[in-house]
Amino acid sequence: MHIPDGYLSPASCAALYAGAAPFWYTALRRVERLMHSRTVPLLSVFAAFSFIVMMFNLPLPGGTTGHAVGVAVAAIVLGPWASILAISIALVIQALFFGDGGITAIGANCFNMAIVGSLAAYGVYRVAAGRAPLGSRRRVIAAACAGYCSINLSALFAAVELGLQPLLFHDASGAPLYAPYPLRIAIPAMMIGHLTIAGMAELVVSAGVVAYLQRAEPSLLAGTAPAAEIAPAAPSWRATRPLWIALAALMILTPLGILAAGSAWGEWAPEEFVSAASRRQIAAASGHLAPPAVAPAGLRRMAAFWTAPMPRYAPPFLKSAALGYALSAMAGTGLIILAFLLAQWVSGRRPG
Amino acid sequence: MTGFIERTLASLLAASEYAASAEQFAGQAGALQRIDPRMKVAGLFALVIAAAAARHLATEAALFATALVLAGLSRLRWARIARWVWAPVLFFTGTIALPALVLTPGRPVFAWGGVALTAPGLHSAAMLIARAETAATFSALLVLTTPWPWVLKALRAFHCPAVLVAILGMTYRYIFVILETALDMFESRKSRTVGALEPPERRRLAAAAAGVLLSKSLQLSGDVHLAMQSRGFRGEVYLLDDFRSRAADWCWLGGLAGLAAAALWWTP
Repeated sequence: MHIPDGYLSPASCAALYAGAAPFWYTALRRVERLMHSRTVPLLSVFAAFSFIVMMFNLPLPGGTTGHAVGVAVAAIVLGPWASILAISIALVIQALFFGDGGITAIGANCFNMAIVGSLAAYGVYRVAAGRAPLGSRRRVIAAACAGYCSINLSALFAAVELGLQPLLFHDASGAPLYAPYPLRIAIPAMMIGHLTIAGMAELVVSAGVVAYLQRAEPSLLAGTAPAAEIAPAAPSWRATRPLWIALAALMILTPLGILAAGSAWGEWAPEEFVSAASRRQIAAASGHLAPPAVAPAGLRRMAAFWTAPMPRYAPPFLKSAALGYALSAMAGTGLIILAFLLAQWVSGRRPG
Repeated sequence: MTGFIERTLASLLAASEYAASAEQFAGQAGALQRIDPRMKVAGLFALVIAAAAARHLATEAALFATALVLAGLSRLRWARIARWVWAPVLFFTGTIALPALVLTPGRPVFAWGGVALTAPGLHSAAMLIARAETAATFSALLVLTTPWPWVLKALRAFHCPAVLVAILGMTYRYIFVILETALDMFESRKSRTVGALEPPERRRLAAAAAGVLLSKSLQLSGDVHLAMQSRGFRGEVYLLDDFRSRAADWCWLGGLAGLAAAALWWTP
């Protein structure tokens, strides 16, 4: 994804430098305000770390290997603004000293990977991790999502920049002057590699590093998890109260289902194939295709196989259909909650 | 198949070898090595921009020939440049440019088995490769003939913020410190590993290595910060700008900038 010199027109490069400049400026101001004299050593060493991690050959599922940018790790540990600067510095040194990415394309590469990547990774991680405790599995999954999404969003930006070149810059005969492929080729060509190998590399390194830090140094994850310390391990009544209220309201409203006439399409009972009124309803719901004269043999056989304790959400001991619906909703919800509690209890007892 | 530890070691060693060679070349008595780094940075940046902006193959060819002459005058071996710059760029850009030969619509110049190479496709692919090779060669000339601290000092002449220059300088230094740590980590792990690792184990190892390196880096950053503070650092960055330019340096700048301007305006 490191765009070399000559792929983007000078005008595009200038525009992307201009686009990146306000982010760099804001990031530097914010980081200096937070870190004071720590800014220089922290950014320098972290940029050096990012540079080295970019060289790691990561083993991926399927037997292949890939390189990661490490942008999600930087955004999770340092926050988005310091991550923008650290990754930008690493990209500048890659371009200037090691020739990986062009000098004229530094603005574009920093915009795509450092800026878009950091902001996307931080946003996805914060949303996906929520208020989960620092050591929770949810944070590992959130880091994996952050890595995968951020690298793919960065790749999409790069693909759009490359794909716009033949549209905007071509000679009199129509031959492209810079990157030669239009959007319809550039986007799939770039995204196939990133949705598979590069995305997987970023996913592996982001999830793996966060899982490692949870065990070894959880304090490094605390900077971007301000709510994690105060969030209790189990969800409190206050946090989940709106959900419980909504669930209760839905249970009370379940008798509304009675207002709908007839059976849902495909949920017919064998006897409905015999009743004239039901047959008319089935035909009307099936594009006026007449149902068979008798219920299919397989349907009759399987229908008799199991009789539910509360058939049609109407317990046999209740006369009121509405009350039967509400009671069925409560019983169903209760059973689901019981199953989850049982699963939680079993998984909590498992050793390791 | 070579294991991922070996491949990572090879990547780290290649970067280390490149940096060592660059420093060695920068110390040689060549033409570009003698120029004031500020003039060199300005002149070669102008040529990079000219290479990236040129619209004709002949212009790119002339600029590439200039780069070859400058490399020769600076005692840089073309074989080394071919290995470090031309081959990787040709591989990467060539792979990208190849489909353009048939995908770009236009007058067919060669057809075989239902696939036609078009004239605009050939022109686009050639331009892309020529532009990428020429710009990369000029960038390499700058780095291979100038010690990195001088490149950074020269950036100050272009009003690059001092704090950015300081961070770039420190980053470069700590790249080698962390590179050595990573090399040690992988080598020690390799020496303790018997047989092949299972894929999930390899992934865990790579992620743990990155995690350990991260915590070591942050520890290092804390130590460096304390060391800087104990030497009086309070957040302000001061750099010594002690370059002196001679008439010959200005002549070089004039020559390089003139070439860049000619490349931009020249229409063959």
